[in-house]
Amino acid sequence: MEAAAIPIGAARIREHPSIWTQAPELARRSIKRTIRQPAAVIPATVFPLILLAINSVGLKSATSLPGFPTDSYVTFALAFAFIQAGVFAVIGTGQNLAEDNQGGFFNRLQLTPIHPTALVAGQLAGTLTLGLFQAATYISIGLLAGAHIEAGLAGALVMIALAICICLAFGSIGLAVGMRVDAPEKVQSLFPLIFVFLFMSSMSLPRNLIQTDWFREVATYNPVSYMVEGLRSLLITGWDGEALALGFGCALGILAFGLYFASTGLKERMART
Amino acid sequence: MSSSHGVQADSNGIEVSGLVREFKGGVRAVDGIDFAVRPGEIYGFLGPNGAGKSTTVHMLTTLLPPTAGSATVAGFDVVKQGADVRDSIGAALQEAALDPNLTAREHMRLQGALHGMSKADRTKRGDELIERVGLADAANRKVGGYSGGMKRRLDLALALLHGPRVLFLDEPTTGLDIQSRSALWEEVAHLSRDEGMTVFLTTQYLEEADQLADHLGIIDHGKIVAAGTPDKLKAEVGRPTVEVVPTDHAERDRALDLLRKFGELVPGTPQGAAVRLEADGGEELANIIRAFDQAGVKVANLELHEASLNDVFLNKTGRSLEGAQAEAAEDGETGEQPALEGAPA
Repeated sequence: MEAAAIPIGAARIREHPSIWTQAPELARRSIKRTIRQPAAVIPATVFPLILLAINSVGLKSATSLPGFPTDSYVTFALAFAFIQAGVFAVIGTGQNLAEDNQGGFFNRLQLTPIHPTALVAGQLAGTLTLGLFQAATYISIGLLAGAHIEAGLAGALVMIALAICICLAFGSIGLAVGMRVDAPEKVQSLFPLIFVFLFMSSMSLPRNLIQTDWFREVATYNPVSYMVEGLRSLLITGWDGEALALGFGCALGILAFGLYFASTGLKERMART
Repeated sequence: MSSSHGVQADSNGIEVSGLVREFKGGVRAVDGIDFAVRPGEIYGFLGPNGAGKSTTVHMLTTLLPPTAGSATVAGFDVVKQGADVRDSIGAALQEAALDPNLTAREHMRLQGALHGMSKADRTKRGDELIERVGLADAANRKVGGYSGGMKRRLDLALALLHGPRVLFLDEPTTGLDIQSRSALWEEVAHLSRDEGMTVFLTTQYLEEADQLADHLGIIDHGKIVAAGTPDKLKAEVGRPTVEVVPTDHAERDRALDLLRKFGELVPGTPQGAAVRLEADGGEELANIIRAFDQAGVKVANLELHEASLNDVFLNKTGRSLEGAQAEAAEDGETGEQPALEGAPA
């Protein structure tokens, strides 16, 4: 090893770093980390498409039910692919953070003058990138498979915006969980629980066509229903202000809830003096 | 301002007084330790797995609040001035905490940004350090494909990026091959000797502590059982012994007579004669060889046995360091991390 001059004590003369220097670099790391893990990106993108294909074939006859809003089950079911991507956002974001805890990378970050906000924002940047990629993929493949977007091109852009909000909302839940565990497997164990939560919504049928009372009741209180319906409104109805407000409202509400619990978890985790 | 340990408070040293860390269930991983590290020296913190080394490092680097006692690092209180401590230190903790998906250069860029370095500064210094630790050829490769030694070297370079005054190295050579270990020792010695950096080094390797440390603290079960320079500690345990085996075994008595004037005779092998030296081993060895040569006693074998740090550990704890490691392994303490269970971090 050859010597190179390092000014000892240089740290003392520097000003406190700005969040605007830290957050973009943490975001860059999070994005690179996401892109460089195809084993995480591919299943998270492909699995919802497989379910979409199966449902579109297997449940096609549901379109003949009286009151079913469209005669294209692909158009109806496409919205749910976006929500399923959210499940992977929970797991992916949570696992990444848990890996940082387990491998000591979080301690490395703690030893720097890091802003907690920069850390949270940076961690979600990868989730946002993946969400954007998934949304573009689902819309493209959905259109190729015969789906129709009633709200047109602008509607497609709003769908992408809502899909990103949904991914960030679920990602923030993953962040809140990841702050509190030190092993990626513990985050993984959430998968079945969240999946059940998603299925107990208006994902497979419109709420007014659900015949079982308790299921319809659960679906009515489940915010996932409103996120699905917000996306679905752009596909089937066109511009429906109420559905969109509820969709965005639920996503942003979950995001706020997730960020609050992520920040309290971060406070506990960053026990540095 | 001078402390009770004679180390300037506003310095690059470390001062620890009555430091305690208790975990859930009342387990005292660190149990009231006191020591001082002078600016610019390498302080070796030697002990078996689970002795409390990493817990001490976590407290001194502000990652873990102490239960009791006080400590200052680079003149700053680890509890009240955590941010100042972190600005003044670099740390390579037990696991080389790296992101396997990033390259060495990307790690440097991120670490520099978190420390608030300008883009130009972090690129320049990052490249210098990558070169310095011998990773220039691998700088754009993902760290996931690095060997253990390469990861450790990058970890060290990252710890040095912002120009810290005090460097903490927690078992930096565990799991490394001899070549990587030697390279790291050389670098650590250079940082202290040529750049005046204070280095706090924990290790479970006697040889590492012996070779690198100016002063040593030996910790066991959370308490410091011995402290001083390696030579002083070894001297406390006992003087070196020399054993001579004559070529003609019938001349053993003559060998004993010759050795008697160098110190107190001690039992040796059946064919040999042994003496505990009164003076320094290196000097006396030449005199012993000269004496045997002048007396015409041919020597088949001659060995100098110096007291080792393991002897020091044995003397202070009643068991060898290797024995203590085995004991820790039986208790399921494969590293220091289990001792941190129950910690808020």
